[in-house]
Amino acid sequence: MTGKGGNGMDVDGIPPAVLCEELRYRFGEHRAVDGVSLRVVPGEIFGLLGPNGAGKTTTIRVLTTLLPLQEGRAAVFGVDVARRRMEVRRLMGYVPQQLSANGALTGRENVSLFARLFDVPRRERRDRVAESLEVMGLTGDADRVAATYSGGMVRRLELAQALVNHPRLLILDEPTIGLDPLARSGVWERLNELRATTGMTVLVTTHSMDEADTMCDRVALMHLGRLRAIGTPAELKSALGEDATLEDVFRHHAGDALNDDRLPQGGFSEVRTTRRTAGRLG
Amino acid sequence: MKYAPPAAPRGASAEAGTVLVPYPPFWRQYPSRVGALCLVELQKMRRDRTELVTRAIQPALWLIIFGETFSRIRAIPTGSVPYLDFLAPGILAQSALFIAIFYGIQIIWERDAGVLTKLLVTPTPRSALVTGKAFAAGVRALTQAVVVLVLAAVLGVALTGNPLKLAGVAVVLLLSAAFFSCLSMTIAGLVLTRDRLMGIGQAITMPLFFGSNALYPVALMPAWLQVISHANPLSYEVDALRGLLIGTPAHLALDFAVLVVAVVLGVASASALLGRLAR
Ligand SMILES: Nc1ncnc2c1ncn2[C@@H]1O[C@H](COP(=O)(O)OP(=O)(O)O)[C@@H](O)[C@H]1O
Ligand SMILES: [Mg+2]
Repeated sequence: MTGKGGNGMDVDGIPPAVLCEELRYRFGEHRAVDGVSLRVVPGEIFGLLGPNGAGKTTTIRVLTTLLPLQEGRAAVFGVDVARRRMEVRRLMGYVPQQLSANGALTGRENVSLFARLFDVPRRERRDRVAESLEVMGLTGDADRVAATYSGGMVRRLELAQALVNHPRLLILDEPTIGLDPLARSGVWERLNELRATTGMTVLVTTHSMDEADTMCDRVALMHLGRLRAIGTPAELKSALGEDATLEDVFRHHAGDALNDDRLPQGGFSEVRTTRRTAGRLG
Repeated sequence: MKYAPPAAPRGASAEAGTVLVPYPPFWRQYPSRVGALCLVELQKMRRDRTELVTRAIQPALWLIIFGETFSRIRAIPTGSVPYLDFLAPGILAQSALFIAIFYGIQIIWERDAGVLTKLLVTPTPRSALVTGKAFAAGVRALTQAVVVLVLAAVLGVALTGNPLKLAGVAVVLLLSAAFFSCLSMTIAGLVLTRDRLMGIGQAITMPLFFGSNALYPVALMPAWLQVISHANPLSYEVDALRGLLIGTPAHLALDFAVLVVAVVLGVASASALLGRLAR
């Protein structure tokens, strides 16, 4: 895969899968994203890491056209996010942080809705829906109502929804938050298979340094709205010393924010909110 | 695994720099979005048949208790038309109104559950999303209407059997439910929370209902109420339903025109406010 290169420059004149230049976003006076510049190379799994409140979700909401672009520039495969919203949306599959499948519908109906909303041609629709469900290992449960799914299954269903339009860029916001370890590895396994077979570009946010270390080709460390470091996990770790972990790297660049923020702020309650949503799915 | 590689989407040119995925023209996307959202409503309803029954209780009580009593005491002069026949279209409109006016709650629920977020990142214009939701409310109201109509027929109301007129009834109900659900979604976009929307919904349904010709002829009303009734889309809905179902004189062209304009304005205001729910 060409995308494994370290520096994030264009490969063969192909525009980057994601380009952010001096991206800023404020909620009132509060600067949630404060001058983020990055390039995601087509074909790589790019991790945006940081503690809760770092500005990861806000960055992604700008990229997905959910929030207006306030300052800076953002493009997906060369398509400007502010000016060509509909085209940008057609290029992406998006799984938000919150569990978001519709619990009143079956897995198949959930995916089928998105096939229609993305204009998958009628004669391909049935196959494409079945294919997405199969890739996520949900064929056997496809005709059960999603309210009866476990958290991990709901996540995989959401991935199936996001894949049905064959996106070139998959954007996942905390895909494993609130899941038990088994479900977590299930989600990553599916993502890995998918990447191996399709070479799809993945932009993923997480506050789990372990997961990022093993799964991502490159990572950017984000703290208080800014990027503190960017590179392959190996590069970042070796710059710090022999046995350094990604967590050490983060501590080095952002102080102790990782541990400070994890439980007292957002962390725990965020997981609870996610769980509550899962419970409310019916 | 047979998952097709997404790197070269349909119609993308060889130099992957230009991204050109062909998709249907705008005029074909719009009905397909509306259809997709109506289908979802049908799928949900199929699994919740009890709601169909519980929602039939109130109109049944109105027809049986209010209708039968007032027929007997002849308090409301409706000319040659029996009072129960006069009342049935009004109750039909009422049951559609109750479904539509609280439909915004579903939008707020979908916002809270993250479903709305995902709908908003599909290539669907906001007005198409709102129109789809509005007609989904219409589909729900129509199913309910069938129950109320069967009930009315059982109680001996002389309903039309003309399929063309019945189709007209369906269109009137669809448009009215679409309008009132847009009103509800507009309020949802303004107040943003479920509780406040419930409160406002409850506060306006009864004035809308009593300030219309649903229960009594406009001519019986005091002058000030007549003015309100003429500004109330529900009156035009009931006028059309009454004309089509039991053959009273009606201003069908005006009724349809008012309802269509109301839907257009409703879609416009609800789509303008939808973004507030997404922030
Ligand atoms: N809708 C909002 N209104 C006001 N402030 C917000 C809103 N969403 C996020 N923020 C603030 O912006 C900052 C970044 O949040 P977010 O992007 O969700 O971080 P992360 O996803 O990295 O946890 C936080 O301080 C958060 O409190
Ligand atoms: Mg977040």
